[in-house]
Amino acid sequence: MSTETKKPKKMTLTIPADEAMACGHLACQGCGATLAMRYMLKALGQRTALCIPACCWAVIDGPYPYSALDVPIYHCAFETAASTATGVKAGLEMVGDKETTVVAWAGDGGTFDIGLQALSGAAERDEDIIYVCYDNEAYMNTGIQRSSATPYGAWTTTTPVKHFKNRPKKDIVAIMAAHRIPYIATASVSHPEDFVKKMKKAKGIKGTRFFHVFAPCPTGWKSRPEDSIKLARMAVQNAYFPLFEIEGGETYTINLKLKDKKPIDDYIRIQGRFRHLKGEQIASVQAEVDARWERLLKLAG
Amino acid sequence: MKKVMMGNHALSFGARLARSQVIAAYPITPQTQVVELLSEMCADGSLDAKFIKVESEHSAMAACIGASVAGARTFTATSAQGLALMHEMLHWASGGRHPVVMGNINRSMAPGWSIWTDQNDSLSERDTGWMQYYCASNQEVVDTVIQAFKVSEALMIPAMVILDAFALSHTYEVVDVPDQALVDAYLPPFKPVIRLTPDDPRAFGGLTGSEHYMELRYRLQKDMEKAPALIEETGREYEKTFGRNLGLVDPYRCDDAEFIFVTSGTAGYTARVAVDELREGGVKAGNLRMKVFRPFPFARVREVLGKAKRAAVVDRNCSYGAHGIFYQEVKSALYGEAGMPPVFGYIAGLGGRDITVDSFKEVAAHALAKDRADEEIVWIGVKI
Repeated sequence: MSTETKKPKKMTLTIPADEAMACGHLACQGCGATLAMRYMLKALGQRTALCIPACCWAVIDGPYPYSALDVPIYHCAFETAASTATGVKAGLEMVGDKETTVVAWAGDGGTFDIGLQALSGAAERDEDIIYVCYDNEAYMNTGIQRSSATPYGAWTTTTPVKHFKNRPKKDIVAIMAAHRIPYIATASVSHPEDFVKKMKKAKGIKGTRFFHVFAPCPTGWKSRPEDSIKLARMAVQNAYFPLFEIEGGETYTINLKLKDKKPIDDYIRIQGRFRHLKGEQIASVQAEVDARWERLLKLAG
Repeated sequence: MKKVMMGNHALSFGARLARSQVIAAYPITPQTQVVELLSEMCADGSLDAKFIKVESEHSAMAACIGASVAGARTFTATSAQGLALMHEMLHWASGGRHPVVMGNINRSMAPGWSIWTDQNDSLSERDTGWMQYYCASNQEVVDTVIQAFKVSEALMIPAMVILDAFALSHTYEVVDVPDQALVDAYLPPFKPVIRLTPDDPRAFGGLTGSEHYMELRYRLQKDMEKAPALIEETGREYEKTFGRNLGLVDPYRCDDAEFIFVTSGTAGYTARVAVDELREGGVKAGNLRMKVFRPFPFARVREVLGKAKRAAVVDRNCSYGAHGIFYQEVKSALYGEAGMPPVFGYIAGLGGRDITVDSFKEVAAHALAKDRADEEIVWIGVKI
């Protein structure tokens, strides 16, 4: 037996151990949005203030008088995440608190649909806030109704199988890029190191920062709770939800280059919301994903 | 210092004297000069505030709410369609107990498009839990903004300071601008007991079940019930320093009056002229100008009208399917009280049509010819 021992490979944990979220929250099993909050707070730390409009997170932190979070939360009106956060930032600065990071934390309905005007206004003014959209691709809190973030082909309670959603998902990131804000990033709960790294980077930037976070929803996607991370990872690897950043609305960086881009099929097949899709429909989803990926590759030079 | 200024600028000066810290506003005719002057004041440093130039009135009120919960003194101004767009957030401001003060220029609701005055915009927000002060002079506007912050911050209830489109918003009057040091002594900085801060992390406005919701609204009403006394107390305090009393109502020659107009806004000053002329003709007339509509000054209204033989409420508004809104409220205040006079209801001046001294004389002639009000609404000046 050799006395020579091989130096063990050391894995560095880049995710902070500090927790600003307690376990007593009200999320469903396998909720991506809950993990997303946990990672975000790990990155930003306790000196953070949240504005949360109507969305799953309006409930997840607990009913009055409870809160699962160790940061202050203002539960605001559905369409006002960006405008309320703008006011909070201004108010805190006027009372001498220039340090607290103010975050608007909204779902896809509150971002892509009803809150888009306020978000656009805040972005155009370059308000000094971080806006995070956790995207579970439908109005999940009200019981799975389609939003403009719902992808082509998906079943929801307002897009029944016979009339499934036949329009593609709105490209929110392109809309935000058109505002020329300093920082935009996509992130996924399957890639927490990347998520935390980008969120920490965003914290150090002044102006409007926008995060589009992929947040699987077993309840709404008719998937197994234990598959949430798997689904999120698949979505990154098949380029359905690629991980990238945009600086100044112009400079694109793909954070995870895909040497071996996976087909969309497996991702589609383990979600009940796509069960009715036929071969040619899946092929058209694949074509759209491919086209978007090609476009992103071009933008990233 | 005396200055000649328009009503809209009186709102801006009031907001500056109150040392507003965050202003979030969106332009709308006839409110624009309020925000234009405030923009200038923020730009030249004469007001140390952040001015958020939002993309809608809805966002204006949302931003005001955010700033208020963070602990800043917060002001905005709007009118008509803008106020209606804010409706959801008006409930939010009062339900969340954020003492935002807002100027509202009374403008008629579209369609047809109208930029001229009536009160249906602000009175449509009657039940949102905001205090409402109806002003009749630019002096009163400046003074009331300062007082409104004091009352609102004591009770944590938001307030609207309301003035008629053009008849006041664009009318220039001499205003005695209060001395800043005296205003500072009257209105100390806003220091809420609880605010949004990581030092004391709380969740505001979360899901509230039937176990707790009703108590929150009970407290709002109970605090609103404290407002009449507080408005009078702070009004007397204001008078000690600045020489002008700011009360709930403004009675004019009501002590021995047998016939009393009930009015609000600038029409309340026109009514005074009619009162003088009616008295010259031998009618013992008076005018009760309602300065504060919410909280409703029940005791003062009963006290003043209880001595009269007839009351004629002139409304510049209509609750369609019912009656003039001040008329309804005055009747409701007098109902069941002993010795109250019959109340006559008139609607005049919608969409900015002038309410003149002759309008009041027409009202008086109608009411004085009858022993009881046999119609709920008498329309003045309708050309149909």
